[in-house]
Amino acid sequence: MEFPAHSLDLDAMLAAPPGADAALARAPRPHADKLDRAQRLALYRHMRMTRTLEERLVALYRQTKVIGGLFRSLGQEADAVGSAFALERRDIMSPLIRNMGSMLVKGATPLEILRQYMAKGNSPTRGRELNIHFGDLERGFVGQISHLGDMIPVMAGIALSFKMRGEDRVVLVYIGDGATSTGAFHEGVNFAAVQQVPLVVVVENNGYAYSTPTGRQTAANSFMDKALGYGIAGVQADGNDVLAVYDVTKAAVDRARAGSGPTLVELITYRRKGHAEHDNQSYVPTGEIEWWAAHNDPIDRFVAWLTTHDSVSADEFAEIDASVSREIDAATDEADLSPMPDALDALDGIYADPPTIAPHWYREGVRAAVDIHERPASWGTHDG
Amino acid sequence: MAEITYLEAIREALFEEMERDPNVFCLGEDIGAYGGAFKVTEGLQAKFGDQRVIDTPISEAAIIGAAAGASHMGLRPVAELQFIDFISCGYDMLTNYVATARYRAFLPCPMVVRGPSGGYVRGGPFHSQNPEAAFLHTPGLKIVYPATASDAKGLMKAAIRDDDCVLFFEHKYLYRRVKDVMPDGDHVVPIGKARVAREGTDVSIITYAATVWKALEAAEQLQTEDGISVEVIDLRTLLPMDDDAIVATVKKTNRVMVVHEDTRTGGIAGEITARINETCFEWLDAPVLRVTAHDVPLPYSPPLEDFVLPQVSDIVTVARHLARY
Ligand SMILES: Cc1ncc(C[n+]2csc(CCOP(=O)(O)OP(=O)(O)O)c2C)c(N)n1
Ligand SMILES: [Mg+2]
Repeated sequence: MEFPAHSLDLDAMLAAPPGADAALARAPRPHADKLDRAQRLALYRHMRMTRTLEERLVALYRQTKVIGGLFRSLGQEADAVGSAFALERRDIMSPLIRNMGSMLVKGATPLEILRQYMAKGNSPTRGRELNIHFGDLERGFVGQISHLGDMIPVMAGIALSFKMRGEDRVVLVYIGDGATSTGAFHEGVNFAAVQQVPLVVVVENNGYAYSTPTGRQTAANSFMDKALGYGIAGVQADGNDVLAVYDVTKAAVDRARAGSGPTLVELITYRRKGHAEHDNQSYVPTGEIEWWAAHNDPIDRFVAWLTTHDSVSADEFAEIDASVSREIDAATDEADLSPMPDALDALDGIYADPPTIAPHWYREGVRAAVDIHERPASWGTHDG
Repeated sequence: MAEITYLEAIREALFEEMERDPNVFCLGEDIGAYGGAFKVTEGLQAKFGDQRVIDTPISEAAIIGAAAGASHMGLRPVAELQFIDFISCGYDMLTNYVATARYRAFLPCPMVVRGPSGGYVRGGPFHSQNPEAAFLHTPGLKIVYPATASDAKGLMKAAIRDDDCVLFFEHKYLYRRVKDVMPDGDHVVPIGKARVAREGTDVSIITYAATVWKALEAAEQLQTEDGISVEVIDLRTLLPMDDDAIVATVKKTNRVMVVHEDTRTGGIAGEITARINETCFEWLDAPVLRVTAHDVPLPYSPPLEDFVLPQVSDIVTVARHLARY
């Protein structure tokens, strides 16, 4: 069964036999070809870690230990992992909700992610924010906010700072097909283009924005085409082929580093789960998800590639998978035992000065709000 | 007749108004076949078609701006924001264009902007907001924020029929938690009129939205434990504010507190306190006190969210203090 893909190029790609190894082998990949076997196995491990960790989060969600929504990247692991892998440690990126894999590549740990999802007091945001909304400038990622598109101008500004100071650093920002419809996306990409800052904009075209298919989000043929309107380079790649993702992103990162300005990279992938765990995907045509699961799973495809080209054995895969599971098990135990935040911590850090604000008077056992202030001995007795 | 939820009441109002007036249409993200993130518009597209229940791109400024344009031409758009938190993306459109249109250009904007609001749901800083105060400060907009299912329906119908832009805040904590039997017939609740949610004589609580229910719970506790008789005023509409209802309760109990879920500084409680000060200061036996959220973004983790937001115990503490004052 063929499904209308959300990009003309993908149609062509999917015309290749199932398993898509032919498509994989099709294009020359100058950058990916420079990766060594150990790096390719690292790519595999990150993808496996992403998937297994998300499965663990689902289990914890069902036990109500994950509070709030749970967003999956099932079937999109290659796009997240392959693109982030093209960055140096000193480069900075901003992930989206489905870029847990990119975070892992950038050094986020399963323990941090678990604590964050479980709203623990020692989570990276001390329980203030949800899911993977956290950052660490040292490791090179900036926590996003929910408002779609907002990170594009912010990351353009980080890129601007690199340009102003002549630092050899590049910025990568992710954006969903849906989020390209925001004003902030347009303003941010245009700003970056005019300023020629070292920014790579990765559009993850996964076919849907919540229930809205890409065809209802844009009248353009592809997101790559939008680059033309901004006067920047635009490229498109098979987002479920981790080496292709790496290759195209690395080329864009190199361009940015060389001072040639922004690139818009469109990665074609597919969101196999609902928008979040509660979403039953009633709007998805029957068989579409199953088709992608059976014929275009990024991990299956990479396993096939590694088996053929790197002679990775079943035992070797099993050993990596087991080490991933052990790491997640240990992290889950530790996250589970981690304390919830101390309530008063809610009032810390809204400003540098004062660093902490006071609780409302009725929380402190003060007899009355007015007790905090000077007042006359009794009501209505003051002079004048 | 069967009770329906707050959420179903809003849906029922949309159905009835779309049936009554062909100029009424809905637009927003994922509101069509999917029925919206909270399913408020479920079934609407099946009934009225995709020309009157329009799925839009993720473009809040365009959703609000296009609604304004269509409303100039006599249509009556109802724009959904997937979460009210995203109203900030249309803030410019609302405050600069929509709010001034009638005054500056004699162009009416009979439109409704609606969306799920509020906390107590572990939604974190971007899915829990109560941004009403920002718009209270904008002349030209109307603001309603119902607490009951019956008011949700009646106010939605009034909002759609209103000749100006009405921001319709829906509390997501209440969506499926509160129910009412809908009054018979064409149930319209007038904009600008508060409601006495509970009669009392000792202390007044002026509030709206989810904290109406917290106030009612506190009132019950204060009655049984302390014998304090609490009156609860549910504002229902925040702009224009029902000054008569506020003055009436002040004159009745002489001891007043204002409770809201939004942060304190620059919040609506300050405005209400000022109005009381100006109109009925002489009737007060105690200062007007506020119970509100703390002045921080709403954090996600349960102990933090619970600490930041006003709780029943806070209302009880402050009411006891007022009663003794
Ligand atoms: C400005 C704004 N409007 C609406 C939303 C609600 N929302 C959250 S995710 C989402 C869909 C995003 O789709 P897409 O950009 O394609 O990313 P994907 O979920 O497919 O990864 C929507 C509408 C939001 N977060 N921000
Ligand atoms: Mg998408």
